[in-house]
Amino acid sequence: MDFGRSETGPANSEQDLVALKILIAGGFGVGKTTLVGAVSEIRPLRTEEALSAAGRPVDDTTGVEQKKTTTVAMDFGRITLREGLVLYLFGTPGQDRFWFLWDELATGALGAVVLADTRRLEDCFAAVDYFERRGIPFAVGVNCFEGARTFPPQAVRDALDLSDSVPVVLCDARDRESTKEVLISVVEHALEASVRRRTPEPSAP
Amino acid sequence: MPAHGDRGANGGQWYDDEAGPVVRPYAMTRGRTRSAAEDKLDLIALVVIEPRAVNGDLEGSSELALAPEHQHIIELCMVEPMSVAELAADTNLPVGVVRVLLGDLLDAELVRVRRPVPPAQLPDERILREVINGLRAL
Repeated sequence: MDFGRSETGPANSEQDLVALKILIAGGFGVGKTTLVGAVSEIRPLRTEEALSAAGRPVDDTTGVEQKKTTTVAMDFGRITLREGLVLYLFGTPGQDRFWFLWDELATGALGAVVLADTRRLEDCFAAVDYFERRGIPFAVGVNCFEGARTFPPQAVRDALDLSDSVPVVLCDARDRESTKEVLISVVEHALEASVRRRTPEPSAP
Repeated sequence: MPAHGDRGANGGQWYDDEAGPVVRPYAMTRGRTRSAAEDKLDLIALVVIEPRAVNGDLEGSSELALAPEHQHIIELCMVEPMSVAELAADTNLPVGVVRVLLGDLLDAELVRVRRPVPPAQLPDERILREVINGLRAL
């Protein structure tokens, strides 16, 4: 084991400036932007990434005669928890063909919310799979749309084949308190995962 | 390589028909789509203004002709440190363009970048607890 890692950055007053991010994933129209807007201190901002064959080495266009340019919108919000500690929420692009953007968004993410609509549960399979494979802590927020039947969290857990440790929270993405609960459950889950990693289970006698 | 790169003859045309449509925003970056600094420029990397940019002491950076977009970024960062994502939203430019422009400002030492907590160091349990308490207190 290597204990030799040392801080290489210069020590300065910005050492305390910490920015963290939580991703908000889920199918198209499930309420990702609404959720971001419910807790963000700023109006959800929209940033665009222009994608072109020139700009993205991952786009292998060999043999493709037609070059296209497209933009992907990402919505995000900001929560200042205290001076120097800022939490950013990023709504992930819904379309599957922008998976490579998820990789950038997911790098360094503290965790993720997978927002689910019980009428279209299959829409969030891809997101659940993505975070499971990468070991990113996530919670499932079941957005209780008006008119949709409410399912008990256990039914959603079974349908999504989630491990017992993954929190499943019923929520209303329009509601600030409800959205806070979902975010807290993600961070608590990330904390538990971190504690588990740090203290390996003692081997049975 | 196309052999007919008649750059000087027709007033500095640097692309040909094979290049396909030029992405208009990248005109602001003089066609550059990558920045040497882009590894540092995560979406939530915070851009902090250097004192010399605030003081208007731009001597020595004369090699960088500041475009209005550069100025806009500097002005935004003067108020408070801004994430790359916020700068993109506020300047209404694609993230890739903002990264190139920030690369220029970094080279000119007008801004510095506070990188997010590296993934290898995540999660810091003390910070996670602070986040939980902070969310509860909202």
